[in-house]
Parts: sequence; structure tokens; C-alpha cells
Amino acid sequence: MITIKNYIRAGSLQEAYDLNQSRQNRVIGGMLWVKMANSNVNTAIDLSDLGLDTITETDSEFSIGAMVSLRQIELHEGLNKYTNYAIKKSVGDIVGVQFRNMATVGGSIFGRFGFSDVLTMFLTLDCDVELFKGGIISLEEFSKMERDNDILVRLIVKKTPGNFVYDSMRITKTDFPVIACGVSCVNNEYRFSVGARPAKAILLRDEEGILSNGISEDSISAISKWVAEHTPTQSNLRGSAQYRTHLIEVLIKRNLLKLRGEISGNSNNFE
Amino acid sequence: MEIQITLNNRTIKSNIEPDCLLIDWVREHGCYSVKRGCETSNCGLCTVLLDGKPVLSCSMLAVRANGHNVQTLEGLQEEAKDFVEFIADQGADQCGFCNPGFVMNTISLLRENPNPTDDEIRAYLSGNLCRCSGYEGQLRGIRNYLNSKNK
Amino acid sequence: MEHKDYKSVGKAYRKKDSMQLLLGKPVYVDDITPDNALVVKILRSPHANAIVKNINTDIAKKIPGIVDIYTWEDVPKNRFAIAGQTYPEPSPYDRLILDRHVRFAGDAVAIIAAEEEKAALKALKLIKVEYEVLEPVLDFRTAKDNTVLVHPEDDWFAPCAVGGDPKRNLVASDTDVHGDIDAVMNDCDIVLERTYHTKAYQQAMMETFRTYTSLDRYGRLHVISSSQIVFHVRRILSHALNIPKSRIRVEKPRIGGGFGAKQTAVCEMYPAFVTLKTGRPAKIIYTREESQIAASPRHEMEITVKLGANNDGTIRALDLYTLSNSGAYGEHGPTTVGLSGHKSIPLYTGNLEAHRFSYDVVYTNHQAAGAYRGYGATQGIFAVESIVNELSEKLGMDPTAIRDKNMVREGMVMDAYYGEKANACALDKCMEHCKKIFDWDKKYPVRDMGNGKVRSAGVAMAMQGSSISNVDVGSAMIKLGENGTYNLTIGAADMGTGCDTILAQMAAECMECSLDDVSVFGADTDVSPYDSGSYASSTTYLTGKAVEMACDDLKKQICTIGAEMMDCDTEDVVFEGNKVSTADGKKSVSITDIAYKTQVNSKYTGIGVASHTSPVSPPPFMVGMVEIELDKYTGKVDIIDYMAVVDCGIPVNPALARIQAEGGIVQGIGHTLMENVTYNAEGKPIESSFMQYKIPTRLDMGSLKVEFENSYEPTGPFGAKSIGEIVINTPGPAIAHAIYRATGKWYRELPITPEKIAMDLIKDM
Repeated sequence: MITIKNYIRAGSLQEAYDLNQSRQNRVIGGMLWVKMANSNVNTAIDLSDLGLDTITETDSEFSIGAMVSLRQIELHEGLNKYTNYAIKKSVGDIVGVQFRNMATVGGSIFGRFGFSDVLTMFLTLDCDVELFKGGIISLEEFSKMERDNDILVRLIVKKTPGNFVYDSMRITKTDFPVIACGVSCVNNEYRFSVGARPAKAILLRDEEGILSNGISEDSISAISKWVAEHTPTQSNLRGSAQYRTHLIEVLIKRNLLKLRGEISGNSNNFE
Repeated sequence: MEIQITLNNRTIKSNIEPDCLLIDWVREHGCYSVKRGCETSNCGLCTVLLDGKPVLSCSMLAVRANGHNVQTLEGLQEEAKDFVEFIADQGADQCGFCNPGFVMNTISLLRENPNPTDDEIRAYLSGNLCRCSGYEGQLRGIRNYLNSKNK
Repeated sequence: MEHKDYKSVGKAYRKKDSMQLLLGKPVYVDDITPDNALVVKILRSPHANAIVKNINTDIAKKIPGIVDIYTWEDVPKNRFAIAGQTYPEPSPYDRLILDRHVRFAGDAVAIIAAEEEKAALKALKLIKVEYEVLEPVLDFRTAKDNTVLVHPEDDWFAPCAVGGDPKRNLVASDTDVHGDIDAVMNDCDIVLERTYHTKAYQQAMMETFRTYTSLDRYGRLHVISSSQIVFHVRRILSHALNIPKSRIRVEKPRIGGGFGAKQTAVCEMYPAFVTLKTGRPAKIIYTREESQIAASPRHEMEITVKLGANNDGTIRALDLYTLSNSGAYGEHGPTTVGLSGHKSIPLYTGNLEAHRFSYDVVYTNHQAAGAYRGYGATQGIFAVESIVNELSEKLGMDPTAIRDKNMVREGMVMDAYYGEKANACALDKCMEHCKKIFDWDKKYPVRDMGNGKVRSAGVAMAMQGSSISNVDVGSAMIKLGENGTYNLTIGAADMGTGCDTILAQMAAECMECSLDDVSVFGADTDVSPYDSGSYASSTTYLTGKAVEMACDDLKKQICTIGAEMMDCDTEDVVFEGNKVSTADGKKSVSITDIAYKTQVNSKYTGIGVASHTSPVSPPPFMVGMVEIELDKYTGKVDIIDYMAVVDCGIPVNPALARIQAEGGIVQGIGHTLMENVTYNAEGKPIESSFMQYKIPTRLDMGSLKVEFENSYEPTGPFGAKSIGEIVINTPGPAIAHAIYRATGKWYRELPITPEKIAMDLIKDM
């Protein structure tokens, strides 16, 4: 059980940042993971009053505030049109509607949780994060950083032309994934994101040019194998490292086949 | 801390601890329909509407609801009544412990999507666990309700 | 088969409490008991096997709000059992309220009584315990005759001789043989021997264990508990606390699900002890974690079946050995195991020439097991139905045909079921009916759906019992009210199943009144007539019969009063529901007037009472068929359709019977595909929350269809048998069968996870 001594709705990002410099204080995001921790928090920092709960779409990008809920991105027309409903697919299996109304994009991304479908999905996008102190950096870079005391302000998803496919394997439909895989082709660059390894998601690219001559059955098989071989996996309650490695190959292959269909314009993720 | 929450259309001022959870606060204010079935945000029993949106009151600080509108089944008796009769006709209420959370989330579903397909119903309610009914009777009840309404 | 047109029986009435439940009214323990009760929390052992060497509560007691903290030194020293069973219990007396020797990770070490929860939780952290950590017994296969003893104490006591021996880690042991099993087996064309393994599943009812206790206005201990067994709880508390039963009253309000979990007095003793010590009201509400790690789950069993058959599919011999894991305490250990053989082997009474059933029930340092819907039959049926499926696949016979050839049929004497005769058995019709609605002939062949997905089907049969023969007692009391309505008082426990309504339907049928004219109350040890409680599929069958008898009793009295009022002999009047008339129909007196007569210058109680016990336990029967879609690459199994046909005698309330079946099937699906129970190397349970113990959501169960085939059970009320438990028994073997059809692999251990399937299939690819 968590105990909280003080609660402050930060009036500015600066205030939130200053409060967050103490290790006993905690930004509470959607409160879901924070609540489950058995810890004593001195001051709970709530970002609710900072206007970070909106998605703004311009011609070139989406700006997604850190306090936007998973349900908001699940239902956002623009984001889903742009990703061909891969976003909806990526978060739609997370626990339930009530949970997704509370869980925040910022909380999921900032936590860099191993099981995060959100991080796995957004890594396939051309996406940056804005940190209060750290400024704007790519999500990929951010995902590799150690957790610190900065404040995540928003995600910036650029509308770079691309195609996106997402799938995960779950033992029960709303459980944590055993493995989560996103595949995209952004500006003609293929990206492979694998989460729930069970460590946090990593992003791979076609470094060996396996797909450089186009996506055929053969090259898809080859790259799927390559991604599986180059993604470190471990064992936990939900699956062994070997099973995960096997699933990566299966899901990357299926996602690529789907992506190929999508590029030729005859499928979408929202089934 | 001083908070003010509109609970079922009644504005309540209250002095609470910062870590008081919304579920405990609404129960303290007589809303016993709100149940706790787990500690890990998995069961959906504690569902309440916050500004009209279904949330898990077990995972929400009461202070976060400060200045907001909270509804529990106590406040939605009329809206619930027509539909739950169809669940009763199936015998799918069973032990009843998950019913309030299920009813609250179904109300929310039907407000968002008045004519859902079976798959949409299953998906929207997937965060509401029930161990007694096997879910099928709940689905039949909702379907019969929708059919009766669309006649 | 007797068939009557009933007015109330056989109708799909709403449950009497439906609208209260669906509209969220306060009807459960925590809703109806005061909030100012002392909060009771339990400090639990982190070790699977340890001795409490020192325990220091001084610092914890100084926390503001802590009223007291109790340890093993403070509790009575007499051992008892918390299994809700008829006295003398088959379960050994192997518990203390707090024991110095803790026997599983989660066993109680100290009881904290606090003014409020925060203080109690703080105290949990500040109690200093020094443990002498002992080696635990964690593999039930090595428990028997292990050098490590789970119960080395000398005051272990078994009220019944069940073959237990704590010096061998044995809770119970026995063998039952009928016919020359070895000779028949040797004479068979084909003999299969397989071992099956099922886990210690949690009932996972939505309302966790909880109890409120206070001293009533007479200074007696008043217990309000979420329990299926109020009378047993009274006796158990009397043993545990060393106080007379007359000083205890136990009642249950609405219960948020039980499924057998609440057939064990898991948590009642803690607040009861606190109330006796402090004189103050006390309440314990188990967390979900406590309900996962320190409760009363299913007995893990490993069952070795040997089946002898002829090449034409005639099943001639069955030989079962069951090893059952009772965990740290023996609750329900000696009895659950019996059902693994006695409620699986008789399914094949048709041509069975001989059978043997032997078992050992062992102690380990796991969480103690208890009663869970199915109660051993589920485990046995997984084994027997699976091996019959293996036989049919081996012989290339349709598995429904092999069952048609061998199944028990009406009129047969079931040697493996205590020699009982199947007076009411529509199992053959269930099979035929289920094949038809499921379209078995079309779905049985495996179908390739492309992209690595295949569809396939599986089948299983099941049986259970209806009450414990010659043991259980069902009782009912029905009182005529002054406006011609009735109060039905029972000691059985409606835990959501709807038995209050079902019993009222029977009363309405008997008293020829409307269902609304029957109010039901139960259960309260001060008020209700003695009833064993709601378990062992007994309530409809046994308490239902008691209702019928109590109504007869009352009707006689009503006729006597009516006859007196009309100045004629009792033999000359007839009961006609709303009146009593003379046989010639010339005179009559209304039920209301008769009711008022009991209140004026009367020597009549206007109360009918009856208790009932049965020399037999008529089995309900069932057939389940499943269609799955299996992904050969990921190993994922999706249930497409689950269809079942049940013979529960006659369904007293078809809607409620159907929901029982659907709910049981989904629990069975959970056990087969997703619910797992594992321990780490030190013996700590892993699946300690709903985040890790995954019960099916509504996206995990496909679509269900349940229908009925009626039989007429002459010993049951209106021909009824039971339905509550049998419904959980078919998914395990049916799904394992479908998975075999899709993969060519038999999975004999549950749950069958996607990983097991995928990693096996990789080898073939």
C-alpha cells in the first residue's frame, strides 16, 4: 500500500520540476502504477492543472500532452487515421475502458515499463518527447535513458508518411503482453519495435538491408528471423525467453505481411 | 485537505487525507454500491463515473476528484433500472458483487454507443470481471434490452 | 418419467434479490456492519516452513490506534479443523488460531486489532519476528514419507479414521477395489496408462473472505460472515475459542460468491478472537492477495489412470491412483480425493467389469486446500475423460460413439458409486442432443483456416452427486402469516446461486400460492433450522425436499384448523391454496381466516418444519463440446463455441440453472487455459493477485450455449437433482481433446498455455 503525506497540483511545470527533485516526491500520472507500489511518498505531484491532457493536430504533427489518457489516443480520429488504427490496436487490450480512461500516455512512456504497449507502439512512429529540462529529444533516445527527475511534457508525433502495424500476444485478452511487436515503414525506413521482452521496448532497423530489394515472402522471413535473433529476451511468469524469441519472429512476420498489404492499400489494423 | 466533490448531484465538502482513495471516500459518504474486488486495478468492481467517464475509484485519489462530478449507482437508479431488469430476467445478477461496476460501465457504454454490436459490448466491458455468470447471460440481457428499446 | 404441469417449479423467475443486487443496495458484510469496528489484520509468515523463535510486538503496540496484538502465546492450545463439514469431521484437527510452527508462506503469525486500518498496516511492518527457517516440502510427489514433517506435533488428532498419519505426511489414504482388476486388465486388447495433473485453482469469487463480530445484547458472540456454512462456523468457533456453542450466533447476509471457498471458516476465528479479548466489535476484510495466498483453493492432484479396453472400444477396466496435495492443513483433504474416483469411474458403468481406486492425500508446505466446486470430481473427470478420448483416437473411433457404447444408463447399478442405481439418467440423451446442437459431425474433423490457424473440436462427459448421502441434513421451516402468505426460513446459504428463490418456488408450488407470497430468510444459527449448509450440490436436492416436507407438515396443520373452523373431520377437507374446503366443496374457509385463527385462542403454531437426509446422492449428468481455433505459431487457443447439455433432473428454475452451467463452464475454461498456480523455490506463491492470476474476461470465453435433457429423480423434490458443481467438469478434458485434434499432442497437465503448445509444435516445423 502507498501512503502519501502531501498532494500538490502543480501550478507550473517549473513547480512540478522543482518538487520532483526530491526523491521522496512522485509525479502521479494516472496513479495506477504509483498506487500499486508499496511505498511512502512525501509529496504527490499532480500535473492535472497544466493543460497537458489534450492532443493537438497540425498539418505536420500531433502534439500529445503527457496527461492524455490511453483512451484518448485510442479514440483520436487523426492519430488513428495516420497510423491506420495501429494506435487503437496497441492500447485497446489494456485492462479495460476504465483503466484506459485513467492511465496516461506520459506515465506509460516516462515509466519506460517493460510491458508498455504504448512505448512499443510509439517507437514505430517518428516521435519525439519534450522534457521540461532536457528539451526535445527523440523517443528512441529517451527510451534508452535512465529514469531521472525531469518532467515529461508531451510527445510529438510527426506526420512523416508511413505505414504502421501493431500486434501483441496475450494469454488472456486484457493481460500484459507476452510479447508486443510494432512494425512500421516511415520515409521508406523499416522499424521494428519489440516490447514486453519482458524488458522495455527496443527499436531495431534493417541494418543489413535485408529488405532493400523490397518485401517479398523470402525477405520477410529473413528479416523476421533477424529481428528475433537481435532482440534480447528473458523469462518471467508469462513466458520463457525462447518462447518470446519465437513469438517475435512470428509476429514480426505477420505484421510485415500486413504492412505489405497495407502499403498496397487493402487492409487496416482495426478489425 | 479540504475538497469539494459533487457526488450524485450533491455537493459535499470534506476534509481528507491526501492518500484517501475515491472508493473509500464514496463509501464513507454512503455509496455502498461501490465495491473493491482487487488491489491491482483489474476487476472493475469499483467503477464510478468521473465527469461522466468510467474510472476505477480504487485507483484514484479522492483529492483528484476535487471540483469534479462523481456518480455512483446510487445516483443513477433510474437510468439503471430499465436495463438491469433484463439482466435479472437472465438470472445473470448471481452473487451481485460485481453488478454495480458492471452496471455503471454498461451505462457508460450505452451513452457512448447506444447500439453496440456484441463484440463492442464485450470489448467495452472487458475490464469488468464476473466469476459467477460466465458473462453470456449478461450479454443476452444487454442484447434483449437493446432489442426491446429498438422495437 | 413423471411429468406435471407446475405453476412455479420449472419457471424462469427472477431471483428474489435481483433488483437489490443490480441496483447496488447495501446487502453484504462490509455494507451492513458498522464502520467503527476494530480493524483486524494478520501478520503472515514469509517462510513456507518455520518456527517462530521470538516475536516482539512492543514497538508495534505503541503505534497510536493499536488496541492489541496477539501471538501464538495468547491463543487456546486445542487443535481444530476449519473445514465446513458435518461433525465428526473427516478433516484432521491440525490447526491452532496462531501456531508457533508456521507451515506455508502466508500462514498467520500475529493478529493485530486496531482502531483504523493505517495503524494496523503500520504495525504489520513493526512487529519483529525471528524465525527458525526449516526446509519446506514443496513437491507433493515427494511428500509421503519425507524426512521433513509438516505436522510433527503430538496433539494432531483425526476425528474419523481416514488413513492419515502425520508422521508420514499423510492426511488420508485408502484403496477400493471391485472385481478382479488385474485379471480383467490382462485380458484386455488394449491397456493405456497415463498421468494427469491439475492445479490448486482459486475460486476467485469477487467478494473476498470477510467477517464481522460483536457481542450481542446478551453478551454472546454475534458473527456476521460471508459464509456458506453458518452452523459449521458456529461449531468451529466453539472448538477454536473454547467457548460453548450456546454463546455463539452466526448469520450470513448476501454473499459475494463462494464456489466452495466459503465452505471453510477461513477468517472467522480472527475477529471472533479479537471481540472476545476486547469486548469490542471487530471486522476482517481479506485483501485479494490474502484470498489468493491464504485461503482454501482446489486440491492439486496428480492422477494416474490405467484403462483396459477391447479393440471394439468396450471399456472393461479402470484403475485410478490419485495423489492429492492438501497443502499445510488437512481441510477437505480426505473427502475431495474420494470424488476423483467415485465420480469419474461410474461414467463408464456400461461395460465395466472391474475397477480399482486408491489414493494418498499428502501434507506439503503449500497453502492449505479446501473445497472448490467439483470437489475432486473435476480432477478425476479430467483424467478419465482424457484417457477415454485418447483411447478413441487410438482406436480411430468417434469419441461420442465410444461413449455411447460404454456410458452409464438409466437403471444401471454403479459399482464405483457405492452401488447406487442410476434412477434418473439422461446422459445418453444429453450426448445425442449436444451432438445435434453443436453439429458434431461437421465440427469434429480438423479444419485448416490458413495462416497457421486450425479449428477442431473436443468432447467430455461429467457427473457429480446431489448432497452427501447419509450425512447431509437439509431443513426448512415455513410459517403461515396472517394475510395468507408465508415465511420460509432456511439454513442453506444463497451465495448468488439463487437457492432462496428456487426453494421459494418449491414452497409456492406446494402451498399453491404465488412466488411473491413466499418470503425467504436465511441463514442464522439462532433462527434457521439446522442445515449442513450450501455445498456438495445439496441445496436444491436436499433442502428442496425438506421444503416440500415442511409444506406438507404445514398443510396438514392448515387443514386441521380449517376442519375445526368448519366443524368437520380433517380427513374431510382439502387444501386448495387460498382456502380449505370440504371434500364435497360445499363449505370453505379462506387461508387468511385460517391464518388469523392461529393468532386467536389457538394451540397451533402455523409452522411446518422438516429435516431431510438422503440415503443416496443421485448424480446429475452432462455433456460438453468445444470448438476451438488454435494458432499453431503462437500456440494461442481461442474458444469459438462451448455447448453443453445437462441432466439435472428437472431444472427448478431454467434461467438460473443455465447461468450455473455457463458460469461453471467459464471457470473450467479458465483452469484449462489461463489460470495457473506456481510457487518459487522458497515456496512463495507467485500468482498472488488478479494481475498475475488471470481469470477469464468476457473476451476469453467464446460463446456459450446450454440446454437441458430432463430426467426424473424419484428421491428429489419435483424430480430435481443438482447442478451447481457438475458444470465445471467438462471444459478440461474437452478442450485438451480439441487441442490434441489440432496439434496431435496430448496435454495432461493444466493449464495448457500457448507456450506449451507453440514450443512443442516448433519441434515439428
